[in-house]
Amino acid sequence: MVDAMTTRIFIPRDVAALAVGADEVARAVAAQAAALSTAVTIVRTGSRGLFWLEPMVEVETPLGRIAYGPVQAGDVAALFAAGWLTGATHPLRVGRPEDHPFLARQTRLTFARCGIVDPLSVEDYKAAGGYRGLAKAIEVGGAATVEAVTKSGLRGRGGAGFPTGIKWKTVRDAVADQKYIVCNADEGDSGTFADRMILEGDPFCLIEGMTIAGLAVGATRGYIYSRSEYPHANATMRAALDIARAAGLLGRDILGSGLEFHLELRVGAGAYVCGEETALLESLEGKRGVVRAKPPLPALKGLFGRPTVVNNLLSLATIPVILDLGAQYYADFGMGRSRGTMPIQLAGNVLHGGLFETAFGLTLGEIVMEVGGGTASRRPVRAVQAGGPLGAYLPPSQFDTPYDYEAFAARDALIGHGGLVVFDDTVDMAHMARFAMEFCAEESCGKCTPCRIGSTRGAEVVDRILAGRDVAANIALLEDLCNTMKFGSLCALGGFTPYPVLSAIRHFPEDFHTRNSPGRRLPAAAE
Amino acid sequence: MPILHALQETFGHVPEDAVPLLADALNLSRADVHGIVSFYHDFREAPAGRHVVKLCRAEACQSMGGHTLAESLLRRLGLDWGGTTGDGQVTIEPVYCLGLCACAPAALIDGRPLGRLNRERLDAAVNEARNDWSTP
Ligand SMILES: Cc1cc2nc3c(=O)[nH]c(=O)nc-3n(C[C@H](O)[C@H](O)[C@H](O)COP(=O)(O)O)c2cc1C
Ligand code: SF4
Ligand code: FES
Ligand code: FES
Repeated sequence: MVDAMTTRIFIPRDVAALAVGADEVARAVAAQAAALSTAVTIVRTGSRGLFWLEPMVEVETPLGRIAYGPVQAGDVAALFAAGWLTGATHPLRVGRPEDHPFLARQTRLTFARCGIVDPLSVEDYKAAGGYRGLAKAIEVGGAATVEAVTKSGLRGRGGAGFPTGIKWKTVRDAVADQKYIVCNADEGDSGTFADRMILEGDPFCLIEGMTIAGLAVGATRGYIYSRSEYPHANATMRAALDIARAAGLLGRDILGSGLEFHLELRVGAGAYVCGEETALLESLEGKRGVVRAKPPLPALKGLFGRPTVVNNLLSLATIPVILDLGAQYYADFGMGRSRGTMPIQLAGNVLHGGLFETAFGLTLGEIVMEVGGGTASRRPVRAVQAGGPLGAYLPPSQFDTPYDYEAFAARDALIGHGGLVVFDDTVDMAHMARFAMEFCAEESCGKCTPCRIGSTRGAEVVDRILAGRDVAANIALLEDLCNTMKFGSLCALGGFTPYPVLSAIRHFPEDFHTRNSPGRRLPAAAE
Repeated sequence: MPILHALQETFGHVPEDAVPLLADALNLSRADVHGIVSFYHDFREAPAGRHVVKLCRAEACQSMGGHTLAESLLRRLGLDWGGTTGDGQVTIEPVYCLGLCACAPAALIDGRPLGRLNRERLDAAVNEARNDWSTP
């Protein structure tokens, strides 16, 4: 029990908050409270996802939780002096987080608890609705659980947008001595951090979602495949797994229901392609992360040749709320065939960067300009890359595109894992096209020639364009190479790298065609 | 993979001598083990400097000037990506996204995350790591 005389102060432990000084703030708060002989209890939470306000500190007051941010260690004494323990005004006072327009405009289903609860407290998790979804799944059984996921309209949040319920049904119907649930937490796309936020801010939600998946398809073992670039997230997840095992939430007889599910964390080693599901399975088996030809589908022959559900972390972390509040409740959000909510990640050169979970259907312009507030540099927005390094660059003339899988596809663009990276008018799009090719060359698993060799050639061709040599001929050559890669690659690394490249040429031709012309505006950031 | 991670954690790289031992223990050929070590960017076959600075090169960090920031640090240290300073103190490695893309540009220095970097903040952090002889 928390002593009634102590004030609870919530300080994020999310790595993005740590990267801008949250630990220093926590130390300063503890020191200042001791100096003033004031009783405070510091609770470390995940992040609410308003990253421009991090470190954002929340004080529990009679008015509710009052946020202050961005707080630096040097501000702490003044905040105490101003009376922040009772929610007093101060230039850094944000007010009640839920009243902030950035949060008030969201629909938080997957992220309902992130940034609010202590991520390693099972009591907090249960008090905030945790384990109601699993209880429901146990009550209705596996077949009805799969049915609910299908009815919710949930589509895979890892990139391809495949209906999760259909994948689960395939695995459920397969007969085997062992089945597996694999969580793809290899979040490699630039501009994305939603998986990481759940690992750090609400890990039990993922554990519950995977346990429900195990029950639904008849799998007793699961693996979370995370990345070595996320050491903090992995430490939190490991601690959560230990706590869940000790609390009987994982193991042989979960919650006394007779249900068995064992879950382990595995960490990759810096290979983007291991996010591709078959390369991921190879890597989990301890091999080089080389992409497998499909068929066979992982749903039928996956990990160690057994039927396997491979789902993105967000897909799995959305399962508990679907079971708890009902498939129809979830499906009532969204537009067209994009049902429910999407945790959009606003990143790069954007004023209000962070996590914005909302029903599908807002336009790209509303998200970037109204929610994101335009660029952080206060210069005009020139391009937005949607869906990670394999996603297209969109110009402001396409800001009317609704955020919806089909509407994006119609413009050769990707929702992907929900990342949006904003660039201002200093960006050199030929440079970005080169980067896309270079990244593909660096990360190719080596299995197909168009991907492995084509991308290296592609980078060289862009270099010639950047140098202003035979520009028209080299652009034609680049477009040719892109076509070969699109149609001759086994997986989306080689197959989709052409999208950022071709979209850059199509929407920003002036950065390619006029490299050498005298009047060309030289972007400030280009070398 | 967990074994390779443990080796790298202990030695800072995967020592050449460990390859035949691993091959024996896991019932693989030496070439198999070597193939695995070389496939993954994380595993080093030679030791790195005392301090490892992982600078993000991905798109969101580029949009906030990460490219210029990285090039200028490398130039001042006289290094290429993956290079180590002559005194064996600092290695600069590229990394493709740390999930800090809303606090770009970002880096991880000996596991410590840094966001909203500019030249002053990055230099201060690199110097702090360099002058700190006490940490291994
Ligand atoms: C090169 C490449 C990288 C990928 N990276 C990821 C990733 O980091 N996370 C992810 O969930 N899916 C990633 N995917 C998609 C997966 O192959 C797969 O579609 C996904 O894990 C399925 O889960 P979902 O249906 O829940 O989306 C990647 C695909 C490719 C081709
Ligand atoms: S497209 Fe590239 S990454 Fe994908 S399987 Fe082929 S070589 Fe490997
Ligand atoms: S290194 Fe890519 S253009 Fe400078
Ligand atoms: S792009 Fe640099 S942290 Fe994500």
